Amino acid sequence: MSNLVIKVENVSKQYRLGQFGTGSLAHDINRWWHRMRGNEDPYLKIGEENDRTKKGSSEYVWALQDINFEVVRGEVLGIIGRNGAGKSTLLKILSRTTTPTTGAVRIKGRVASLLEVGTGFHPELSGRDNIFLNGAILGMTRKEIKRKFDEIVDFAGVERYIDTPVKRYSSGMYVRLAFGVAAHLEPEIMIVDEVLAVGDAEFQKKCLGKMRDVSDKEGRTVLFVSHNMTAIKSLCGTVFHLSNGKLLERGPAALIINKYLSHQTNSSLLQVFDSPEEAPGNEKTKLKRIEICPQLKEPRDPITVKTEIHVEIEFWNFDEGRLINLTLFLNTLSGECVFANGSDVRNLPIGLHKATCIIPSHFLNDDIYSVSILIVGDASIPLYFFENLVSFEVNEDRAGTGYPIYRINFQWL
Amino acid sequence: MAERESAENWTEIISPKTHLLDLRLREVWRYRDLVMLFVQRDFVAQYKQTILGPLWHIIQPLLTTLIFLFLFGNVAKIGTDGINPILFYMAGITIWNYFSGCLISTSNTFVSNAGMLGKVYFPRLVLPISVAISNIIRFGIQFGLLLIFMVAYLFKGVAIHVGFSWLYIPLLIAEMAGIGLGLGIIISSLTTRYRDLSILLTFAVQLGMYITPIAYPISFLNGKSYEWVIKINPLTSIVESFRYCLFGKGTVSLSSIGYSTVFMITVLIVGVLIFNKVEKDFMDTV
Repeated sequence: MSNLVIKVENVSKQYRLGQFGTGSLAHDINRWWHRMRGNEDPYLKIGEENDRTKKGSSEYVWALQDINFEVVRGEVLGIIGRNGAGKSTLLKILSRTTTPTTGAVRIKGRVASLLEVGTGFHPELSGRDNIFLNGAILGMTRKEIKRKFDEIVDFAGVERYIDTPVKRYSSGMYVRLAFGVAAHLEPEIMIVDEVLAVGDAEFQKKCLGKMRDVSDKEGRTVLFVSHNMTAIKSLCGTVFHLSNGKLLERGPAALIINKYLSHQTNSSLLQVFDSPEEAPGNEKTKLKRIEICPQLKEPRDPITVKTEIHVEIEFWNFDEGRLINLTLFLNTLSGECVFANGSDVRNLPIGLHKATCIIPSHFLNDDIYSVSILIVGDASIPLYFFENLVSFEVNEDRAGTGYPIYRINFQWL
Repeated sequence: MAERESAENWTEIISPKTHLLDLRLREVWRYRDLVMLFVQRDFVAQYKQTILGPLWHIIQPLLTTLIFLFLFGNVAKIGTDGINPILFYMAGITIWNYFSGCLISTSNTFVSNAGMLGKVYFPRLVLPISVAISNIIRFGIQFGLLLIFMVAYLFKGVAIHVGFSWLYIPLLIAEMAGIGLGLGIIISSLTTRYRDLSILLTFAVQLGMYITPIAYPISFLNGKSYEWVIKINPLTSIVESFRYCLFGKGTVSLSSIGYSTVFMITVLIVGVLIFNKVEKDFMDTV
């Protein structure tokens, strides 16, 4: 017998976008008709890759596509990915709240999933009743819960409130109680999704410690989804990177996390429009291309405070004999404008033109920035404003600098 | 390879395939504590922050009886086969409440528990089963009330009809439960995708009560043109038999009871089949 506890084979999950209505009824009937004749589901063929930002032509998307992996006993596995990458769908399949569209998952042992805090908590019932209810939902018998009751209350630290309805609890207390129950479940496999976000620092530490104990001392398997890279790094040995429903990479935590962080920003560094027909703009000017080109030694390195950044812009001018200049607006993620910087005014002929703005190193601090471009005619008439075209993240190069807006190296004498 | 596969004793295989009749009853049995906790939850939570609390279980049939007494007894002047009208209506209401309770709660159960079902796995069958049990308890309370009234009327000279026929009552209840659960499961399975049915259900239950002899005896229908509507209603014979068992008066035939039983079995089987089909991923469509 091998040490495998989870084996995922060719798992895909398709979802239909939009709303249920008469359209979906027609699809249901069509699907049923195909099945009656022994044909394949016609909608399985037309699914698209799941990229939430792009408008797709199909109503069907693959939330997960051809996922294959194995997990051995005692492994602590982190799963990272952007919002909508399929992390939660994967955990849902593993915890059996939904089935894959194709493929199969094999599991050895009891699975406890903590996909959301306080699953099945009834607001009107007391903490005590909810421990029993929640425990039973997670698959414990009444006897087991009774045996662990004191331990759970102790772990959660809500003894004083134990006979109060949980609707009076603070959200933190709620999580504490919920995690307390799940942590004492003694499952062979524990699935945790983003539950730590609500607890305070002390409790987060306690949870991480508990999860570590569960895997190290008791040899149980933990699957952990989080956007908290520090938590993942400290807890998980192996990390999966999911992107648009596909398993992009699997490897040691530190390596994958670094790649992920740089990958995450790369994704919106470029916008290209091949022909003027599909490009944004108006009859006077249109945008062909904008690209953030960080001057890095290795293309996969993250952009840091030390990186010089070139913003390359290509645009069409359709107005003969007009003086043109560009203004680059740099905004933070929260919408504050860091600067608006105009280029020199030039007399440009009709056709494609290129401009590059250089943002020096040691200027921007750790944040996410977005770039907007204003094209100005005759130094005063706005021709077109291209808003939030591309964005990039500047990462910290060392800790403990706080949060000033600028990171300029002034000369000290 | 095949050898290796068999050496791996997987406890769970999650795949899109479903076995039509595999109910995984063993698993449900393992979760029996959960069934009881759900029952307890329904009971305790239902009347939290009310002053009268569980007394509402008693008040509701009493009020309905009064309404029936006024409407059907005094205004419409429909006879009750010589049974004391209060006992007559109360008996009908008690068994009808059980049926409608089972039906309505079962048909809502997946949608109303969607939050929980989406987050954690447990055998889905636990929910309808706990519904049936908590309704049995409610029925027990209301039946107790009915018995108290029967005893009270004994002192007023209304004789109680006690006999072996009482032994059939549990069977009748089981039949009611079967039809309620079966229909409820079918409706709930379909409503996860399209909610139309659940809107229709409120009307259907109301209508159902009027085409079931709750407020009138079958004998009232003799020769009426719409008699057949009530006759093909499988609940009719159950309600009438229930009253026959209690009071020894009414119109009961073996064939009508047989018809109801066949109907119940069919509905239950269809319900289970549909349930098995949608159970695994209805979370995606709720």
